[in-house]
Amino acid sequence: MPNSPQTFSVREDARVASEESQQVHVGSLVEAAGDGDRRLPDAPPDPVMEAYGLNVFYGDFHAVHDVNLSFGKHEITALIGPSGCGKSTVLRCLNRMNDLVPGARVEGEISYHGQNIYAKGVDPIAVRTHIGMVFQKPNPFPKSIYDNIAYGPRVIGMKVDSMDDVVEEALRGAALWEEVKDKLKQSAYSLSGGQQQRLCIARTIATKPDVILMDEPCSALDPIATSRIEDLMGGLRDEYTIVIVTHNMQQAARVSDRTAFFTARPDETTGNRTGLLVEYDLTSRIFANPHDKRTEDYISGRFG
Amino acid sequence: MASLTATAPATVLASGRRSRDANTPSVVFLIGLWASLFFGVVVLLVLIISTAIDALPRLDGPLVADYYSGIRPEQTGFRAGILGSMWLMLGTALLAVPLGIASALYLEEFADRHRWYNKLIEVNLQNLAAVPSVVYGLLAVAAMSVLGFDRSGIVLGGSIALALLILPVVIITTREAVRAVPREIREGSMALGATVWQTTWRQTLPSAVPGIATGTILGLSRAIGEAAPLLLLGVAIGVRFDPNGFLSVFTALPIQIYTSTSQSQEEFQTAAAAAIIVLLVMILGMNAMAIYIRNKFQRTW
Repeated sequence: MPNSPQTFSVREDARVASEESQQVHVGSLVEAAGDGDRRLPDAPPDPVMEAYGLNVFYGDFHAVHDVNLSFGKHEITALIGPSGCGKSTVLRCLNRMNDLVPGARVEGEISYHGQNIYAKGVDPIAVRTHIGMVFQKPNPFPKSIYDNIAYGPRVIGMKVDSMDDVVEEALRGAALWEEVKDKLKQSAYSLSGGQQQRLCIARTIATKPDVILMDEPCSALDPIATSRIEDLMGGLRDEYTIVIVTHNMQQAARVSDRTAFFTARPDETTGNRTGLLVEYDLTSRIFANPHDKRTEDYISGRFG
Repeated sequence: MASLTATAPATVLASGRRSRDANTPSVVFLIGLWASLFFGVVVLLVLIISTAIDALPRLDGPLVADYYSGIRPEQTGFRAGILGSMWLMLGTALLAVPLGIASALYLEEFADRHRWYNKLIEVNLQNLAAVPSVVYGLLAVAAMSVLGFDRSGIVLGGSIALALLILPVVIITTREAVRAVPREIREGSMALGATVWQTTWRQTLPSAVPGIATGTILGLSRAIGEAAPLLLLGVAIGVRFDPNGFLSVFTALPIQIYTSTSQSQEEFQTAAAAAIIVLLVMILGMNAMAIYIRNKFQRTW
């Protein structure tokens, strides 16, 4: 049933299914796996976000084809796959950052606690206050460390008793407080790359989001800074739901609870590569006993 | 020698002949480039030096402190013109800067580039930058009569003409400054739940201020030397009072230079040369300010 190319009906069916009971949801997804082309989610017990029949287009270019995924509460979900497989695109759909790309069009449904964030009347600005994002390249604002953290609470009009406390809490949350507590008024650009990225994480958690999306957060960092961010993610899992896109399979294996493997399939006529979800499972199973040949080839480094 | 090269690699690099970079075509080409550069620089230098020599006898206090005098040309001054040009620049900046920044922000941050009307605006903007200043003078004359001002040659009219003249420059430089703010900064702001409005005001615009200021000042320093549109507006020459507002009758330095050079008396020629030096100093001062702002606030991403 959910294999129908008409995404609208898929979305409706899947949504009804998820509302009826978790069991039905998993059942329908397992049923979908019967075609052998794709193994669908072994759904996490307590999903915060779910994507149903997600298709993304940039103009005429079909970037992502029919992705169904769910993201478990207080879990780290890794999206892995080769370049151009649409994993970053999927991530950017989760907080409607793709709205900012001219010509981008999203079909299907992404539900956040059961509410479709692409429904009419949903304000993308409000979505982003619940679902924060950390980017590939550290992108602190050209302001002081303090103002970088305070920016989020200020723009969304968060009611705070003391901004100083909010800043301290966020910096402690991102394991940066001890390093910067004496130079909060200094420019964020005076920090090292790894510190800047932790500042960006602190900036994100300062607005108390529910979900944090990370788009290859360590790809611009050295191994030491990377391991600090990975340690940090382990701690953040207790309070946040994290979705991370990574090129680094070891990183996915180290930090994530579940892993979704994407790949790109060239279109027969145009040659454009459309991303699709190949397999989604517990990370331990994806890496130890992948179901799909393509996943196995990729994680064993034999990807063609 | 040839037998040694096999055992001593250093001699392979030292050919003993002239470098291939020093062959005849390369040298001729280099000389050609130098000559081209010299042409521009030398012409400018000769112009400035000969004007300065002409101006030497009149580089005195009365030049900037006194009003224009047709009876005593040896004591004529450009006080009214200098002050008038300053008022003119103020009015031009007040009109052109907000309009230019707003237009540029719309085009960069809000406009859908694929709409036909935005494309049309885009093309027109490029063309506007090439319109002769006289045309803007005519436009300002029309605007003033539509607005119902019956006095000709007031600061407001000149400001409208010059603001129209530099508007395309301000828009184009502002757009470049806004575009230079990395997308990551905007995305970072939007991802925290900021609106486009907040992102523009709190991130994009403050980061673009140095570029905007530099472009605007350079635009103004082009406008300050303009005489043609002001002539069309009927800006007077023999003004013997300080302008005191945007509705005041005034004269501008380029106008006074233009009229002085067409006088027969030798003293007026000298005074005009001195006034050109004053105008150059004003323009250089503005350009120096632009460079200072750019260097002081320049940001590397």
